[in-house]
Amino acid sequence: MLAHAIIFYFFSFVAIVSSIMVISTKNTVHAVFFLILDFVSVSCLFIMLGAEFLGMITLIVYVGAVAVLFLFVVMMINIDFAELKSGFLDYMPFGLLVGLVILIELGMMAVSWKYKPDFVVKNPITTTAASNTESIGLLIYTDYIFFFQLAGFILLVAMIGAIVLTFRRKDSLRRQDITKQVSREREDSVELIEVASSKGVRIND
Amino acid sequence: MIEIGLTHYLFLSVAIFTIGVVGIFLNRKNVIVILMSVELILISVNINLVSFSVYLNDMVGQIFTMFVLTVAAAEAAIGLAILVVFFRNKGSIHVDDINSLKG
Repeated sequence: MLAHAIIFYFFSFVAIVSSIMVISTKNTVHAVFFLILDFVSVSCLFIMLGAEFLGMITLIVYVGAVAVLFLFVVMMINIDFAELKSGFLDYMPFGLLVGLVILIELGMMAVSWKYKPDFVVKNPITTTAASNTESIGLLIYTDYIFFFQLAGFILLVAMIGAIVLTFRRKDSLRRQDITKQVSREREDSVELIEVASSKGVRIND
Repeated sequence: MIEIGLTHYLFLSVAIFTIGVVGIFLNRKNVIVILMSVELILISVNINLVSFSVYLNDMVGQIFTMFVLTVAAAEAAIGLAILVVFFRNKGSIHVDDINSLKG
């Protein structure tokens, strides 16, 4: 139990400190690295809770995809990020005030919540399949198949949207036009010319 | 303190959520940090869902976390794509300039 507590406090300390660093560091590249540290410690907490599949998925999706995407964009956009940091102190009192109010409200909820006495657990973790991954699979491909498909559709729409937004057609490139090539006729391209003796022919006239 | 219960995880989630909201307020000029703050808020919601799922012994919370994860990934992709296009057109990512997006 003591080891459990020590590991929990260690990972949550790292998570909170790194998320403070994400919002307060001057260098945006460092902010992305702190975001990665935050995601890694949160995924370790998930694994500690017994949600191994979600811990690994968090690691793959957040660290492997989202954080790397952020890193690409930060490095691609060449601007002075220190200049964007100006005004940080102007918003500080208001931001801290709102943050304090939210913290107090959520903290009150966290210590005083109760669940209904007739709370019915429909899909208990302990009695279903052996592993966490297997029980997620048993639910997601049966009861939640529609939502699962919908999630895939959301990803498809996001992918198409991102491609459409960032795609640029360059006029300087010579692209292949299949329709134009296939519909080309003999008359369009070949011309027979009677060449008179000892006289040249002008082409491309 | 030694016995780690649901309340501990809820307080961790509360802390990360608050840091995310404060981050949106503090970095009013840098859109990338605002997007990262949104990611922080979403991961705190995920912590909340997973810890409730484990302590109430119900699997559905973890299923829902996967959908939150999907939406977070889609949102990051679209947000950064808009940011790149905006930077190409304006040459800056000032939030004050973004009101020109309304056309």
